Amino acid sequence: MRIKQSLIAALAVALVGLSGAAAAKDFRYATTGDILGLDPHANNEGPTNTMKGNLYGRLVHRLPDLKLVPDLATKWERLNPTTWRFTLRRGVTFHNGDAFSADDVVYSFKRQSQPSSELSVALSSVAELKKIDSHTVEIVTKGPDPTLLLNMPNFFIVSMKYMEANKAFEVVRGAGKTNFANLHANGTGPFKIVEWVQDNRVVLEPFDKYWDRKNLKSNVTKAIFRPIPNNATRVAALLSGEIDLMYPVPLQDIPRLTKEPSVEVLQGPELRTIFLGMDQWRAESLDMPGSGKNPFKDVRVRKAFAHAIDTKAIQRVVMRGASTPTGQMIAPGINGFQKTLNTPYALNPEMSKKLLAEAGYPNGFPVTLDCPNDRYVNDEAICTAVVPMLERVGIKVRLNAQTKSLHFNKIGKAQKNNTNFYMLGWTPGSYDAYNVLQNIMSMDGKGQGTWNSGHYSNPKIEALTDEIATEVDEKKRDAMIREAFKIHQDEVGHIPLHQQALAWGISKKTVAKVLQRPWNDVDLRTVIMK
Amino acid sequence: MLAFIVQRLFQAVVVMLVVGLIAFALFQFVGDPVNNMLGPEGSTEQREALRERLGLNDPVPLQFLHYLRNVVHGEFGLSYRMGKPVDELLVERLPATIELVGVSAIIALLIGVPMGVYTGLHRNSWLSRVFLTVSLVGISLPTFVIGIVMILVFGVWLGWLPTFGRGGVVDVGGWQSSLLTARGWSHVLMPATTLALFQLTLIMRLVRAEMLEVLRTDYIKFARARGLRNRSVNFGHALKNTLVPVMTITGLQIGSLLAFSIITETVFAWPGMGLLFLQGIQFVDIPVMSSYLVLMAFFFVLINLTVDLLYYAVDPRLRIEHTGGGAH
Repeated sequence: MRIKQSLIAALAVALVGLSGAAAAKDFRYATTGDILGLDPHANNEGPTNTMKGNLYGRLVHRLPDLKLVPDLATKWERLNPTTWRFTLRRGVTFHNGDAFSADDVVYSFKRQSQPSSELSVALSSVAELKKIDSHTVEIVTKGPDPTLLLNMPNFFIVSMKYMEANKAFEVVRGAGKTNFANLHANGTGPFKIVEWVQDNRVVLEPFDKYWDRKNLKSNVTKAIFRPIPNNATRVAALLSGEIDLMYPVPLQDIPRLTKEPSVEVLQGPELRTIFLGMDQWRAESLDMPGSGKNPFKDVRVRKAFAHAIDTKAIQRVVMRGASTPTGQMIAPGINGFQKTLNTPYALNPEMSKKLLAEAGYPNGFPVTLDCPNDRYVNDEAICTAVVPMLERVGIKVRLNAQTKSLHFNKIGKAQKNNTNFYMLGWTPGSYDAYNVLQNIMSMDGKGQGTWNSGHYSNPKIEALTDEIATEVDEKKRDAMIREAFKIHQDEVGHIPLHQQALAWGISKKTVAKVLQRPWNDVDLRTVIMK
Repeated sequence: MLAFIVQRLFQAVVVMLVVGLIAFALFQFVGDPVNNMLGPEGSTEQREALRERLGLNDPVPLQFLHYLRNVVHGEFGLSYRMGKPVDELLVERLPATIELVGVSAIIALLIGVPMGVYTGLHRNSWLSRVFLTVSLVGISLPTFVIGIVMILVFGVWLGWLPTFGRGGVVDVGGWQSSLLTARGWSHVLMPATTLALFQLTLIMRLVRAEMLEVLRTDYIKFARARGLRNRSVNFGHALKNTLVPVMTITGLQIGSLLAFSIITETVFAWPGMGLLFLQGIQFVDIPVMSSYLVLMAFFFVLINLTVDLLYYAVDPRLRIEHTGGGAH
C-alpha cells in the first residue's frame, strides 16, 4: 500500500514536471526547405529573409499589413530630394552585448552594397551613407528616390565590432573560403540563434535585452524551425501534433485540414502575380521557322490570346478557389496598385477567333508554352489548362514544362530569352510598382527589362518608368504609374493570370494567434502560444 | 590476397573517375546554378561575375580537370546552396545515412532470411502463403507510398512513432549516433522499415529458392539418412550452402539501399546524404552533386570488395583453389 502511494506521489511529481515543461512555450514550425544561411547580406530568398527578420534589426520594420514602422531608426525625414536623415535608437544592444551605434549602420551599408551581396539591389539607389554623429546617419541617393523607405526593411544591420573581429566583411558566395557570417548570427532582433543544424532544425530563443521587449506580443520561449521537404509528411507532422504550424498547405489538402477539429487553415492572398509573356522582338517566331513571321508582334494576336484564356476556370478548377484572378501586373497592397485596372481580360473566344482572322491567322499558328513545374503553386497544371483554351480558338500549343532551374535558364538572359511564350511569377522586392515596370514591363536597352523575356517595349512606358523612378510627389507619381499600366494593359504586353493564395496549417491546440504576412513568412514577433 | 585488394582499389579509382566525368557531362542538363544563387533580382553583371568566379564559363572537360585537381588537394569545394565545404557537409550527413542503411539491412536480413528458410521448408503451409503474398506488396509498391502509408498509420492515427526527422542524437567520438537512445530508435524505425521492405522481400524469395534447390541435392538426403537432426540438416548444411548467392545479392542491395535512401530520406525529412543530394539537384549545387556521386561510386566498389572477401570466409573451396595455385 505504501509503495503504491509513493508511486502515485512520484507520478504526480512527474506530471507536474511535465506540465511545467509544457508551460515553456515551444513553437515548432515547418516549411519546404531550410534557410540558405545566416549571413544577412548574402541571400535574397524567401525563407532565409524570414529567418533574418527574426534575428536582425533594420532601420525600418514592415508590419504584416505592409505598414512601415520604426525599428532601429526612431524617426526619419527628407532634407532634400536626395538626402534622408535617420535618427537612430539609443540603448540598443546586439545579441553578444555590443552597443549599437551609427558606425554599425555605415559598416552594414558597406557590407551589403558589395556586388557579391544578393541584397545589394535593396541599396542600389544609395550613393552614400554618412555618419553625422553617434546616433544620426544620412543617406544620399544617386537621384531622387521615392522608394528608398520601401527598401529599408531589406537593409540588415550587423555589428561592426563583431564582424571585424571575425574577419567577416566579405560576403562569400559559392567560391572562396569558409564563411563565418553565414554560420553565426549576431543581430539586434527579438530572437537570437541557439543552434542551426543544417536541413534539420534552426532553434531560436527570445533575446532578453531586445530594445522593445516589453511591447513584444509573442510569448514564445523557444522557436524551432524544421524543414520538411515532402508535402504529405509535413501535413502528417501537423496532424500528429509534432509541429504547431506549417506552410504551404498543398491545395488538395485544404478541404481535408479544414474539417480537422484540431487544425485551422489560415488563407490569404500573396503578393506574387503569375503571368504569361510573349516574344515580341524576334522577326521570326521560334515555332514557325522559315515563315519569316512573328504573330505576337501584332497587338490583335496578343489580345486574342488574352481573351481566350479563362482565368476564372483556372481559379475554380486548377487552383480550387485558392487564387485571385487579376488584370494587372501587381497585387493589391503593392504601392501603385490601380483598383480600376484590375479586371481580368473578359473571356470571349469568338472575339479571339475574329481577331486572329483579322491579323491573318484564321487557322491559328503553332506555339510552344514554356512553363516551370516546381516553382509556383500548380504551375504546370495552370499551363496544362491554358493549352485547350488556346486550342479552342485554333492555336496549336505544345507544352514544355520543366524544372525551375532549366525553365529560368531558357527564358532568361542565360539563353538569350530562348522562348516564344512563357510563364513567370513576380513579387516586387520593394513592394512598389516601379520594380515591376523596371524589370518586366520595359526594355530600353539600358538596364531595363531584366526579366522582360518577351522584350515587350513601348517608349512611352519606358520614359514614364524613368520618371517614376525619381518622382517624389506621390500624386503625380501615382498618375504616371496608372498611365503606364493602362498602356500595358491595352497593348497586352503580358497576360496577368492571378495572385496565388497562401495557406498555412495551424494547430488549434497550441497556437493562440499568428499573423500571416502576405509574402508568405512567419514573423515570430506575431506568434502567440496558448 | 593483398594483390587482389590492391587491384580492386585501383579499379575503384578508375570507376570514380568515370563516374565523375559522366556526372560532369550530365550537369550541363540540370540548369544554371547562378539563377538559383542570385535570385530573380540579380543584375546581368552580377550574374556574369558569379559565373566567372565559379568557373562556369570554362568548357566542361576543363571544369572537370579543375575539380579533379582540387579533389587531389583534398578540396571538394564549397556548396553553392549553403556556402559550407562539401566534405564537411558529407561527413556531417554520413552517420545519418549509414545508420539508416545499416538498420534497414539488419531488418532485411534478420527477418528476410528466417522467412526464406521457413517458406523453403514448409512450402505448402498457410503461413508461407501469407508471407509470399504479403511480400508481393514489398516488391510492387514504391518506397514513397509505403513511407507515407506508414506515417499515416503509425504517426497520425496511432501516434506511436514520430512522423519525420531524426532525434535523440548522441555524440560518440565525433559520430552523431541516434541508435543509443529510445527516442533515436523511434525515429529510425519507420524510415528503416520502409527502406528495408524491398530488400527483405528479395532476400526472402532468394533464400527460399536456394533452399528448395539445396534440399533436393544428394548430400541433404545422405545427411538425413545418417540420422542427423532436422535442425542440423536445415541450418548446418542446407542454409550454409545457400549463402554465397545470398551474400552477393545482399551486398549489391546494400548499395541500392544507399541509392534508394534518397527517396526515403526525403519522405521522412531524414537529414542524410540522400536528402542533401536531392536538394543539391534542385539547387544545381554542382560541388555537392559531384562529390556525392563519386563517394557513392567508392562505396559500391568497397561493398563489392567486401563481398568478394567474404566468399573466402564462407566457401572453403575458394581457399583450396587459391592455395593450389590454380588459375580461374
